[in-house]
Amino acid sequence: MRTVVPFWRDNRIVPILVQLFFLVLVILLGGFFYNNLQVGLDKTGMKLGFSFLNQSAGFSIKETSIQYSPADSYGRALLVGFTNTIKVAFWGIILATILGVFVGIGRLSSNWLVRNVAAVYVEIIRNTPLLVQLYIWYFALFMQLPKIQDSIILPGSIHLSNRGLALPWLVSTSGTRIWLAFFLVGIVAGFLIYKKQTEKQLITGIDRYPALWAMGALLLSLLFAWLITMDKPFLLTVPTVDGLRYSGGYRLSPEFATILLGLVVYTGAFIAEIVRAGIQAVSKGQTEAAKALGLGHSLSLRLVILPQALRVIIPSMTSQYLNLAKNSSLAIAVGYPDFFSVSGTTLNQTGRAVEIITLVMVAYLSISLLTSLLMNIFNKRMRLVER
Amino acid sequence: METKMEPPKNTIGIIGWLRKNLFNGWFNSLLTIIFLWIVFTVLYAALKWVFVTADWTVIVVNLRLLLVGQYPQDQIFRVWLALTLVSTLTGLSWGLWKGTIGNLAIALGASFLILSLFPFSGEVKTWLLVNATAIGLGYVLGRYFPILRKPTAASWILLFPFIIVLLRGLGTSWLPIVGTNLWGGLMLTFLLAIVAIVFSFPLGVLLALGRTSKLPLVRYLSIGYIELIRGVPLITILFMAQLMLPLFLPEGVTLDRVLRAMAGLTLFSAAYLAENVRSGLQSIPRGQYEAAQALGLSNFKTTFLIVLPQALRAVIPILVGQFIALFKDTSLVSIVGILDFLGIGRSIVAQPEFLGRQREILIFAAAIYFVFSYAMSYASRRLEKSLGVGER
Repeated sequence: MRTVVPFWRDNRIVPILVQLFFLVLVILLGGFFYNNLQVGLDKTGMKLGFSFLNQSAGFSIKETSIQYSPADSYGRALLVGFTNTIKVAFWGIILATILGVFVGIGRLSSNWLVRNVAAVYVEIIRNTPLLVQLYIWYFALFMQLPKIQDSIILPGSIHLSNRGLALPWLVSTSGTRIWLAFFLVGIVAGFLIYKKQTEKQLITGIDRYPALWAMGALLLSLLFAWLITMDKPFLLTVPTVDGLRYSGGYRLSPEFATILLGLVVYTGAFIAEIVRAGIQAVSKGQTEAAKALGLGHSLSLRLVILPQALRVIIPSMTSQYLNLAKNSSLAIAVGYPDFFSVSGTTLNQTGRAVEIITLVMVAYLSISLLTSLLMNIFNKRMRLVER
Repeated sequence: METKMEPPKNTIGIIGWLRKNLFNGWFNSLLTIIFLWIVFTVLYAALKWVFVTADWTVIVVNLRLLLVGQYPQDQIFRVWLALTLVSTLTGLSWGLWKGTIGNLAIALGASFLILSLFPFSGEVKTWLLVNATAIGLGYVLGRYFPILRKPTAASWILLFPFIIVLLRGLGTSWLPIVGTNLWGGLMLTFLLAIVAIVFSFPLGVLLALGRTSKLPLVRYLSIGYIELIRGVPLITILFMAQLMLPLFLPEGVTLDRVLRAMAGLTLFSAAYLAENVRSGLQSIPRGQYEAAQALGLSNFKTTFLIVLPQALRAVIPILVGQFIALFKDTSLVSIVGILDFLGIGRSIVAQPEFLGRQREILIFAAAIYFVFSYAMSYASRRLEKSLGVGER
């Protein structure tokens, strides 16, 4: 005999019912919010839509990486902000990684002083809010620097004043592109020759000097570049004080310098902890085996420990990079015109809260997704090393 | 004949230690010298600034503002009362469970005693001493009446709603309402973090269950929410809460700025909490599910009686970590104009009479954030050890 299962106990129907219920709940909630929004908007006579992006913005932006004037549209202004965000995030990620790796290794140094200085740095930075740190960098450091006329000049002609930071920088000449092209060709050729010679050396056992060959290829291609252009690849410009601003060199505004420094110092401390944990995750036997094979401290770190630690490190590193990109939105606190700050100005002028906040969320989401995509590809490549 | 050989002189004692830890090899010696120079320069500059250059009157004058914001002066006893309750329970827990909570209780009591030596007003001194006594009394009670364990645990849970009611008031003559718009300072910073973590807890657990659910619709909606929130900066969510939330609410329902910020922080924290809980859920071996099923438990009972309790126990240290992060992140509400600890500090230096005192305020703020974050992360590390997470 077959017992009839009532439908509310049927394992095939219950999940569908639960999901339907859930869906109805979400739709009702969404509808409720949407309805309230419509009622509110009707009252003020506004309509949702992005056509305002074509209107003239009318405000100026202090720092622009692309052409912009107040007569340009809101869309253009937001694009300027977006490039500024990318700029901070890009340099921030690179510099924070470098700082973090050094501090992380320093945390495990055999030198007592180095170890403890690194630990104090990490603890102080990790236990105070980023926003407070940014304010301290900006108001207690950059704004307290001397006026531009009495700039502090550090060795290497680095100028520091409350107008910002200026570094010596390279300027391109007419031949820069040709030089660059030949340089790339030289690198690729050198790399290929290096691989081929190493292979031969491994097969025959005869020394084929791969490094020497590779260097030769690169030098040869650079020689060609010089013969063609008959010019230097770059010119070095040194910043000079010109009235109330710097000219020449690479100039960073105090706002950009603050947000970059703040993000690098903050994220660097977190990366340092990840690097330390990654190194400690490599079993001790590996270090001892490397030592037994006669590898020195730095060689064993570079060839044995770090490649293995990297696998543990990369996933956590990804989330730190994402945090850095998201935290760059705090630039608004020191007045650096990043995407979020430009959006804020646009919001104040147009009053279009829903559209702009949606836009901001989409922009940051795409940055996040792009970063995690890139890091996942990198992660997969690293994982191939695994046996 | 047996001869006892002493170890070489330069491998023992201070000199041995120095040689081993600071001067082994030319590279380390160089590092040591460079770092010594750095440490001395930084320390000298910092100490000189703290004790000579800095003018701390801005802190002294505005201490009450920094701690409780614009909470009415005549109602201030409520804040003290709330603090005393916390102290009493801390003392009780110290007596009952000892361990880490004891260290924290001692630190707390000692700070009350030390603070009472400062030239505060008589009222403040009395309250500080009352708090220190409460810790001591709690300890004695807990020590000799182990029966108090369950009531104490329950009181900790009830403490939060009670404090909220106490601070907000009931509208009666002796407990008039103090609106959240008057809350501020360090008190508000703590309340924001506590409210966000408490309210995001059920939401986060549900989201984590949703994300691990077998039902595709529930799962994708949960994933969508979690990844959306985690993909955008907190500050955008706070702006959303301030500017968009009022638009989504029906007419007539208004939330003040502080409540809106609390809502934003809760929505934000829930997504992160969900991911933490999910990591706990994934650490539960399949056998537990199968055993529950074999016992004939329904899906609902399996989740709430078998899996969740174990998962939550495994993620307690991570949740403490999240609370610390949240405690620091609440400083962002100052950007949307709320007078939390940092916000009130910034508004103080905006007054003409304290112009140029930014350094003092900012360094003081950083120090206070540091002390609390460090104490909490210390406690969390100890907790992790005593729970034996990762050792079982």
